[in-house]
Amino acid sequence: MPKKVLDARNITVTYKTEKGPLDTVRDVSLKICSGEIYGLVGESGSGKSTLARAIVRYLPENGYLKSGELELGDTNLLSLTKAEMRRVWGGRITMVHQDPNAAINPSVMIGEQIAEVVRTHLHLSKQEAKDKALEMLTKVRMADPEEVARRYAHQLSGGMLQRVLIAIAMATNPELLILDEPTTALDVTTEAVILDLIGDLMREYDTAVLYITHNLGVVARVCNRVGVLYAGEIMEEGSIGQVFKNKLHPYTRGLLGCVPRVDVNKKDISLKAIPGFIPRPDQLPPGCVFAPRCELVEEACREARPALKDIENGHLTACRRYEALKGYGDVIADTREAHEEAGYGELVLEARNIKKYFPVPGGMALFSKSKKQEVKAVDDISVRMRHSFTMGIVGESGCGKTTFARCIMGLEEATSGEIELEGELLPYSVAKRTRDTLRKMQMVFQNPDASLNPQHPAGEAVARPLVLLRNLNKNAVQERVKELFEAVNLPEDYIYRLPHELSGGEKQRVAIARAFAADPTLMICDEPISSLDVSVQAALMNLLVDLQESKGTSYLFISHDLAAVRHLSDWIAVVYLGRLWEIGSAEDVFVPPYHPYTEALLSALPIPDLDVKQESIRLKGSVPSAMNIPSGCRFHTRCPRKIGEICEKEEPPWQDTGYYHQICCHIPAAELQALQGEGLLKKGEGRAAQ
Amino acid sequence: MTYFLLRRIGFILITLILASIIIFSITQLLPGDVARVILGQFATERAIENLREELGLNRPLHVQYLHWAGGFVRGDWGNSLISRTPVRPIVMQRLGNSAMLAGLALLIYVPLGIILGVIAALKKDKLPDQLITGVSMAFVGLPEFVTGLLLITFLAIGLEWFPANSSINPDSTFRQAFPYLILPAITVSLTGLGYIARMTRSGTIDVLKTDYIRAADLKGLPASQVLFKHVLRNSLLPTVTVVAMGIGWLLGGLIVTEAVYGYPGLGRLIVYSIQRQDLPLLQACSMIIVAIYSISNLAADITYGLLNPRIRVGN
Repeated sequence: MPKKVLDARNITVTYKTEKGPLDTVRDVSLKICSGEIYGLVGESGSGKSTLARAIVRYLPENGYLKSGELELGDTNLLSLTKAEMRRVWGGRITMVHQDPNAAINPSVMIGEQIAEVVRTHLHLSKQEAKDKALEMLTKVRMADPEEVARRYAHQLSGGMLQRVLIAIAMATNPELLILDEPTTALDVTTEAVILDLIGDLMREYDTAVLYITHNLGVVARVCNRVGVLYAGEIMEEGSIGQVFKNKLHPYTRGLLGCVPRVDVNKKDISLKAIPGFIPRPDQLPPGCVFAPRCELVEEACREARPALKDIENGHLTACRRYEALKGYGDVIADTREAHEEAGYGELVLEARNIKKYFPVPGGMALFSKSKKQEVKAVDDISVRMRHSFTMGIVGESGCGKTTFARCIMGLEEATSGEIELEGELLPYSVAKRTRDTLRKMQMVFQNPDASLNPQHPAGEAVARPLVLLRNLNKNAVQERVKELFEAVNLPEDYIYRLPHELSGGEKQRVAIARAFAADPTLMICDEPISSLDVSVQAALMNLLVDLQESKGTSYLFISHDLAAVRHLSDWIAVVYLGRLWEIGSAEDVFVPPYHPYTEALLSALPIPDLDVKQESIRLKGSVPSAMNIPSGCRFHTRCPRKIGEICEKEEPPWQDTGYYHQICCHIPAAELQALQGEGLLKKGEGRAAQ
Repeated sequence: MTYFLLRRIGFILITLILASIIIFSITQLLPGDVARVILGQFATERAIENLREELGLNRPLHVQYLHWAGGFVRGDWGNSLISRTPVRPIVMQRLGNSAMLAGLALLIYVPLGIILGVIAALKKDKLPDQLITGVSMAFVGLPEFVTGLLLITFLAIGLEWFPANSSINPDSTFRQAFPYLILPAITVSLTGLGYIARMTRSGTIDVLKTDYIRAADLKGLPASQVLFKHVLRNSLLPTVTVVAMGIGWLLGGLIVTEAVYGYPGLGRLIVYSIQRQDLPLLQACSMIIVAIYSISNLAADITYGLLNPRIRVGN
């Protein structure tokens, strides 16, 4: 019988602000038992991190626990002094945070950062602590623990650092482990490895885990129970099966509807974005907090706040109308009206054999005669894009996808290759391109905070290309700005707002409006939605699809998010270490035969659907340095399907599997097909059946 | 690292060459004729012409420059025009005196500045911080002749704790000079303190905000261990740079302080050489100061590199 580890009852957390005290988390209760992984899901602003900080009593100075009870085992945490809490921290409760690069002290060796915890809490001697550090590093499957222990943070990759943080967190065998978005900053392949590790360790340690994330797919993969947090309140809670199967709150349904599916794309469905925004804590509606955005809302919902109600066996929902939801069917996404088959449009972009080598700075080039070191960021990539067409480029970080996009844009000068836009050969550097070329090619960057000038109102950002690239007069510019704001679904008065007065999604809409202001034929989107919440992502993806339909723009869409790429793209190119490995239509790339790398990416992708069966194919290590590219097939060092020496010695051939779907692998396509069978994303005995 | 060092030393050489050209050119532009300065205003034209010939002042400028620069490299820094003795021992002696003052000042203001900076950071925006930041900024702003005179008035004349005048014999030992060093050292410390405290404060505040300090707290380490092991190791890095660069200022830039106390350091020597138009002396002093600045800058970078594993260990 698992024992109760964390019992938090009726927690309300308040922040003192200029507008007076604001309750950011209200009346939330959490119970977590030993051996249980409790997933707390919510979008930014839902209060999930605040709740975690309240549980460990590590709130920022202006925050305090207004009411509630907090027990860890038999200890009443609220009765402890600060000094006594320090004994709980790191000993009985440990935490792992989002950004592993930032969470490890850059000036202290890795081994010592593990050893100091066990010295403090387990009172081990120096030598015992060192041994314990090595033991923990082995536990988190570090290949060479002694070597790693002597290293500093900057010498390890993000995935390795996150393993170190987990080693630190588990070293004292805590009662409660809090994981706050532990894989959000990692690549999908690394994420999968870390999630497996967490799952295995939890089977061994019997620790209670609070797993905070925005990613429903991750919850579906590792958690036993899940609580859905919205605007500081729990909307629905239950076992994974209960919540993902029955979805008895409209917000849960909304969140699931926002996640693009890997088996269909924009031609079939449009994502179901949740309209509106999370209410700010100072503007909460009187009734149900989700009522303003709810489709099922009725008058009674707006009057009084519904209580969380246990429907069956610990499945709780805060929706008054859950009975109605049961009959509402499985609304995941809207089907789209029949899509006209566009056929072959005109060729917009043709990039042939693009290479980009960066010289390695600083080396000993001055004194040694050895060949100059180079980072081969992009090493021979060719793509063709047609009118009103989306090419998705996927790959892990460091695979060269962004550099490739920047070469096309001219922001980086390609080392060699040819870039043709509508049949016209372009110079490498953006500085040498004509105004008209600049107008035809626009870019949307990942981080709208960095790509919008904080001093300029949003409207001015959108007006710049109109003035610079299209020579419109003042009145025409104003007209166009209004139209563009309307096109990206922003209210007209936002024209005069400064970037800091906009939310992340709104800023990205402004950035998209700015790109469209130039009326481009080709738009390069470099991870445009990655930093946004799922509901905002869905709205932006729909916006991109709509704009493409009305304007005929082609997108080069770069993302590490396979589901987003699958949803938006007509054609997908898979990149690894500066080269393409598979290219084909979105439908073909996501069904067997796949390239083993594509297969690993797909297998790693966390899918919020318990019926999808995924085999766990995991890649070893991280992407090798582009300075020392492996011989033969560049993927052979990590390939789970490596067949032998040929992979190390010879570059693999391109194989055509029909309809221009091509795979670059030594394994014959037919054999791959046989090995991969039905594929990874077929519905069937998934976790639900276990 | 070796490559980095060689490169930096190369840059220092270039700096020194450029500086020597500038120094040489500027000293040529000073008003007045050297020979006339030496011989006085009643000397005959012939005597002046003879002396000019003897000093080589009639040769073309670039020849004069090469002669001077070549001598400088060989250790022959020329003779003082006034005392007619070699310049080098004079400069080196004064440099030694400056070093004594600099050493004592560093011992006072570096530890104090770090302590105050850390306290200010830990009590950010509260009274101790406002007090430390406000007062230290006031001292940075006050010119040294004001703080110097205030110290003399209160500590030397009022309380008679220290001598008011520090014009010691230029060849005193540290032990002999010590009582005379205290007031000038405090004066420069008041300026230096503000820089160190501010740098430490902002460095520490930045580090206190990082994820790894939050992580260290949540590891349950004792608060003192979090501060000394995790915070200071990172937050003092920028301070180290400021300290090393302060050495250049202490050795060559204390013209006002040395004048106020009459202390025979390098700064006083420069003023003297300008007043007396003693060109070889002025050139040597200036070159030494440029060299000290370059070297302390390099020292700053090297210490930073040694303390920062990201630079020390590489990937």
